[in-house]
Amino acid sequence: MKIHEYQAKQLLGRHGLPVPPGIPVVSRDTLDQAVRDVVSTSKSETVVVKAQIHAGGRGKGGGVKVVKGVEAARHAASQILGMRLVTHQTGPEGRVVKRLLIEEGVSIARELYAGILVDRGCGRVVVMASAAGGMEIEEVAARTPEAIVKEHVDSALGLAPFQARKLSYALGLTGTPARNATAFLQKLYQAFVALDASLVEVNPLVVTSDERVLALDCKMTFDDNALDRHPEVAALRDLDEEDPSETEARSHDLNFIKLDGSIGCMVNGAGLAMATMDIIKHFGASPANFLDVGGGATQAKVTAAFKILTADADVRGIFVNIFGGIMKCDVIAAGVVGAVAEVGLRVPLVVRLAGTNVEQGTKMLAESGLPITTASDMADGARKVVALVKGQVS
Amino acid sequence: MAILADRKTRALVQGLTGAAGTFHAKQMREYGTPIVGGVTPGKGGTMHEGFPVFDTVAQAVAKTGANTSVIFVPPPGGADAILEAADAGIELIVCITEGIPVLDMVRAKRVLDAGLSSWEPSEGSQTLPRGSAAGEAGGLPTRCNLVGPNCPGVITPGAAKLGIMPGYIHRPGSIGIVSRSGTLTYEAAFQITELGLGQSTAVGIGGDPVKGMDFIDCLSLFEEDPQTKAVLLIGEIGGTSEEEAAAFIKANMKKPVAAFVAGLTAPPGRRMGHAGAIISGGKGLASDKIVALRDAGIAIAPTPADLGTTVARLVS
Repeated sequence: MKIHEYQAKQLLGRHGLPVPPGIPVVSRDTLDQAVRDVVSTSKSETVVVKAQIHAGGRGKGGGVKVVKGVEAARHAASQILGMRLVTHQTGPEGRVVKRLLIEEGVSIARELYAGILVDRGCGRVVVMASAAGGMEIEEVAARTPEAIVKEHVDSALGLAPFQARKLSYALGLTGTPARNATAFLQKLYQAFVALDASLVEVNPLVVTSDERVLALDCKMTFDDNALDRHPEVAALRDLDEEDPSETEARSHDLNFIKLDGSIGCMVNGAGLAMATMDIIKHFGASPANFLDVGGGATQAKVTAAFKILTADADVRGIFVNIFGGIMKCDVIAAGVVGAVAEVGLRVPLVVRLAGTNVEQGTKMLAESGLPITTASDMADGARKVVALVKGQVS
Repeated sequence: MAILADRKTRALVQGLTGAAGTFHAKQMREYGTPIVGGVTPGKGGTMHEGFPVFDTVAQAVAKTGANTSVIFVPPPGGADAILEAADAGIELIVCITEGIPVLDMVRAKRVLDAGLSSWEPSEGSQTLPRGSAAGEAGGLPTRCNLVGPNCPGVITPGAAKLGIMPGYIHRPGSIGIVSRSGTLTYEAAFQITELGLGQSTAVGIGGDPVKGMDFIDCLSLFEEDPQTKAVLLIGEIGGTSEEEAAAFIKANMKKPVAAFVAGLTAPPGRRMGHAGAIISGGKGLASDKIVALRDAGIAIAPTPADLGTTVARLVS
């Protein structure tokens, strides 16, 4: 799960990490007051107004303004709030800005990078730092991999003081900034672990002209599997930033991701679901989604999944590909028949069933009288659904 | 012979009395797997569906001589259950549980890699080969095998089923299967069986980013196993396990290997169901993995409908 920059900074602040003073704004009513409050407590005249969306590249898209004084800040804020912000991560349709962060400007001496994630190769947490702050870390990794320094953490120890020092000195820091960065990295690791984060990126991590080290921007992603033990983190979810069909799917405990093709897929198992997308592509069409109904789906869950597919206007055909293990084919068939009875069927439907209770499932589909095309295996099914969709388009 | 699971298997079910544990313990027993008991704290001393229940794995091992455990406990206790099994000297731990927090597995793996003081490998036990990924990370040879978490388990057709896969789609044979996916493994086993061949052992290593045995651990066991004539490897997006497997196969394996990698059409930055299936920063792409495997001389199944035929060609 992703959260906004201002939420990440609030979490960092609670874990003793220095961040610039700032106030989030979610409505025009509180905008003026927020700007006045930030300026009145600020040591400098400079105010930073930042659009809060779950996508990078906000500055380039015009979603971040550095201004001086109350009037300029108010003007910038009122322009950004409600704008449609397009960045390289939002797609051409962009994202409407519904939240802002009004922040005190800081005087920057150096821009650095710090990131923490799990290195799956060795199964350990890795803390990364780079002197090339402000740049995308992927870009730094591609161009100058030697500019990134890493320390793998022994979970029994945590990030040891010597490891944090190694990172700080490798960034070329000395004196007070080096000490501050060392403390920062250790606290950042502690916050990462305490919150069950899956990624924390502080970019840039800045050294100010008065030798402080603070998080000027922060991106945090959390382990969905650990949200149950962090209700305070789970509460930060912003549904405005998610596709409504994905939100609906999650409420039914379905793994669903919206894609831009035309063939809706309903599959059990993540690997088979991806493979089904691939075979649709292999036969010349594109999947409209990834949907894994899971191992122990009930008839109600299958019905919910089917409704999500049929509600999507981009879907021109549906391919149900089930290999029953724990999941029984007759449950799938009952769910599909129930859903069609409820919401109708406006596109071709191809069903391939295999495994547990395949005979009952196939019989139920045949007896339903619905216009369902059955397939003998997944290649047959993919070929048939692609042909039906292409026939319909031309 | 086969690998990991065989006629010497004596298995416990951790989380026996839960719905999933009960259902699958019975299914495994029905398949002919010796399920010697179960563990549910607080229910020790009782019988459940004909299985003796123990409070701890240590008690269960002492009473039953179990050497294997299949874990069905809910995700918050999953990593702890793995450690409890390892501590009790269980040689093969199969963790079915899906949804264990990643940092729990980071801590558990750290302990497994370092070795537990009470571990005494029993005579003739199959252990992870020296130089395996798990062994190297901790600098010590690992004394127990963990499969999973978030996996369908291990099946040696006709001998033992340790997991949730449907038994009837398998039959004894010479193809080893190692896979990161669940239902795609069933698809593979089914296709192989339909072609009149069978499996030596099918191992679902699971879809989580931090897990026990990886491809190369299983590949090296298959290479040593006389029953296995060829191996089918099923990968997916995320991580670099497929690339490491390709290098391992090229350097160490005489037996032919076929492969399929799911997720060619998966968009970057999105988690495709499995926590481990995510493409980030241009790494973990299916296309890169396929190139690496092909360059190592491995036969690539062009579509998931060709899993069986691609590996069958290697043994005909």
